[in-house]
Amino acid sequence: MTWFSLLVLIPLAAVVLTASTNGWDGFWTTVSSSQTASALRLTVLEAIGVTVLNVVMGTALAWVLVRDRFWGKRVLDVVIDVPFALPTIVAGLVLLSLYGDQSPLGIDVANTRIAVFLALAFVTLPFVVRTVQPVLESLERDVEEAAASLGASRATTFRRIILPSLAPAITAGAALSFARAISEYGSLVLLSGNLPNRTEVASVRVLSYIENGNEAAAASVAAILLVVALLVIVLLDLIQRRVARRGE
Amino acid sequence: MASDLLPPGAPVAPETAGDTTPGRRGRRPDRLREPWAVRWLLRVVTVGYVFFLVAWPTSLVFRNAFADGSQAVVDALSDESVRLALQLTAEITVWSVLINLVFGVTIAMLLVRYRFPGKRLLSALIDVPLSVSPVVVGLSLLLVYNGRDGLFGRTLENIGIQIIFSAPGMVMATTFVALPLVIREVVPVLQEIGDEQEQAARSLGANAPQTFRRITLPAIKWAVVYGVVLSLARSLGEFGAVKIVSGNIVNQSQTATLVVEQKYQNFEQTSAYVVAALLAAAAMVCLVVVALLRPKETS
Amino acid sequence: MSINVSGVTKKFGDFVALDDVSVDLPTGQLTALLGPSGGGKSTLLRIIAGLESADSGTVTIEGNEATHLPPQKRNVGFVFQHYAAFKHMSVAKNVAFGLEIRKRPKDETARRVHELLELVHLSQFAHRLPAQLSGGQRQRMALARALAVEPTVLLLDEPFGALDAKVRKELREWLRRLHDEVAVTTVFVTHDQEEALEVADEIVVINDGRIEQVGTPDQLYDEPANDFVMSFLGPVTRLGGSLVRPHDIDVSTTEEPGAVRGTVQRMLRVGFEVRLTVALEPDHAGAAASLSAPTERETVEVTVTRATQRHLHLEEGQQVWVAHTEGARAVPERAVLPTPLASGA
Repeated sequence: MTWFSLLVLIPLAAVVLTASTNGWDGFWTTVSSSQTASALRLTVLEAIGVTVLNVVMGTALAWVLVRDRFWGKRVLDVVIDVPFALPTIVAGLVLLSLYGDQSPLGIDVANTRIAVFLALAFVTLPFVVRTVQPVLESLERDVEEAAASLGASRATTFRRIILPSLAPAITAGAALSFARAISEYGSLVLLSGNLPNRTEVASVRVLSYIENGNEAAAASVAAILLVVALLVIVLLDLIQRRVARRGE
Repeated sequence: MASDLLPPGAPVAPETAGDTTPGRRGRRPDRLREPWAVRWLLRVVTVGYVFFLVAWPTSLVFRNAFADGSQAVVDALSDESVRLALQLTAEITVWSVLINLVFGVTIAMLLVRYRFPGKRLLSALIDVPLSVSPVVVGLSLLLVYNGRDGLFGRTLENIGIQIIFSAPGMVMATTFVALPLVIREVVPVLQEIGDEQEQAARSLGANAPQTFRRITLPAIKWAVVYGVVLSLARSLGEFGAVKIVSGNIVNQSQTATLVVEQKYQNFEQTSAYVVAALLAAAAMVCLVVVALLRPKETS
Repeated sequence: MSINVSGVTKKFGDFVALDDVSVDLPTGQLTALLGPSGGGKSTLLRIIAGLESADSGTVTIEGNEATHLPPQKRNVGFVFQHYAAFKHMSVAKNVAFGLEIRKRPKDETARRVHELLELVHLSQFAHRLPAQLSGGQRQRMALARALAVEPTVLLLDEPFGALDAKVRKELREWLRRLHDEVAVTTVFVTHDQEEALEVADEIVVINDGRIEQVGTPDQLYDEPANDFVMSFLGPVTRLGGSLVRPHDIDVSTTEEPGAVRGTVQRMLRVGFEVRLTVALEPDHAGAAASLSAPTERETVEVTVTRATQRHLHLEEGQQVWVAHTEGARAVPERAVLPTPLASGA
């Protein structure tokens, strides 16, 4: 307990405390300064975009992994985990080698907002897939058959029966993916160029405040990230309770 | 591996009763399959997405590492700063994995076997390191343990212990980010086995350490190994948090991931790619180990 | 004839689930498909529902060719063993599902849902989630859901299989009464012979992908076509090389012509009946010609009433004579009769 407090609780509390040293005004001045505000805006918008993409692609991937059968499916299953295992700095380098200035495809998006989006899509890829996959696997075939015998078409069954059953898992995956996206740092360092007001994200802002010795400002931005992380945890807890109520 | 990195809030599928009729098991009737066109569309889109986003770029890193021949690889690895960084990464990883192993198993036991006030809060907070930014982690440690105005940092500095900008801080940062991994693996296994066996051992005269060593430990063995492998992968690759607390001083407090960044920015691309490929290879090995361990555990 | 299945074969890989099965299931009746697990009865039901497609053969429902119709177009109600509840919908929403798919007017749907929930005694649970219901209640909800669309036929796949014994017994009596009320052609799959005998108008016995016999419960019990049907429908014992029901054996304490001598080895009283295990004498000389003499110490199970046991003062170790009851059905062992009654009972 002491160990946990020393390592996690007290340091995190210190972030919130430091953020509040200059009062609400100080906090507000920091986060509404044009560079920081634009970094926060970019981070949130990109994170939302990536999360939407993940909801669609993640669900589709989970579907293909569970319901389809084709050669190479097992490889696909393993490759999906690569973004989790890869160090984030390496992830940035990985994307740079295909979408940077030496791109064999001739696509160079380095130092643009597209690059930020790519990096976030890369590191958050597995979340929705891995939350939806087990739920889809355990979905009883009976239920879909019951819908079919009651006259529902495949599309209707998907929309009214399967999707609502997957909704908690998709939401959980989306929440995780959003939390990860807004807090991402490592993969963006090399890829995004960290151009102020253009490709600079919140985490990078925190770091540059630290490098400038402005701890209170760093803590202000960090506190926002921390609060989002806590909200995600609360959301996940709520989803789990709801699922438990619905389950058997 | 991925699913194990998810917080417990992720919905867990309810157990479903198996279909006992032979021949029908695991097979979907033709009538409930999607039309041919839909299936192919989904396959092409998803496989294409993963290929362009993950598979191809990742393979390019290995290609680029060996692009200038094997001599370049040897040169890159024998570079003083690379060598020291790899050594430092190894040391930090070993320490943080050890710490997470000991405390992870202890906290898991605490969470499953004992009741105490704040238990639910603790179990929720355990997941914080998974969803909080590594940069925030780094900052939080910096605020508390720096030698100038840190809450504990000053006291520790006075008795001659420096944490920030040195190895202990880096170990702490790495430990922080990998903290939930062992716990999250061990807790469900402990819950599943229950405490009947432990009580039986106690009733047969075993004391607490004996019970743990001879009854509990064998049961959670695979979960522990699994958690350790996950922590290993996470510790090797930590970047943001370590960057903040280390000061990123070449040949002194620079880890492998920090070297990748620095080499790349100094236009020593081959070195950057070689170290990146090495880290990627280590991550892949962890992935494979985990994939091999999984079925063994369930069968 | 309501449902006509003709020459249906279905294989799953190497496993033959149904082997050239033909059967007619009559309109308005309650028919049971009875057989052991893996015998093909569920597969047959699923082919009728369109949930599986047959490799060969045809299915017609009320005269309509249905072999290639998807399940959505067959207008059958299907009830699953594990309820197949739509977990995210309330009980009322579950029941309304089929009607909403058919785009019935809202007020009509509401009225019909109300009626059906009355019928299955779930009115007070209309707004609960399925997870808040017991197994039996969930299965009644599933039944209401299937009935909502006024199906041509109602198909139930082991509907009570997941319930505990007491609820199962209640629910099958209830199903029988419901059927008398609603009178929709109903086919249900079960592996429980007691359930089939108690509920069904007609029973189709299926084993190893083939139909063994079709008939009323009494016909099947009294005149089993072969040893499989006989032993599946109730307890059997072996006496003199043929299979008989334990209660179709006469016991006497004095020597009777044609009876075999033996000793009561064990006696177990269960409620109003008494089960005897009689060890037959190997060297018994009085064996009648009709019964081949037992070559070793065979045993035979005999069930007598409590009254008989009292009257004869039966106890363990006592010498008795046993013989087939006059007129009772005995099926020769291993000599399977030619496959009977493939179509039309």
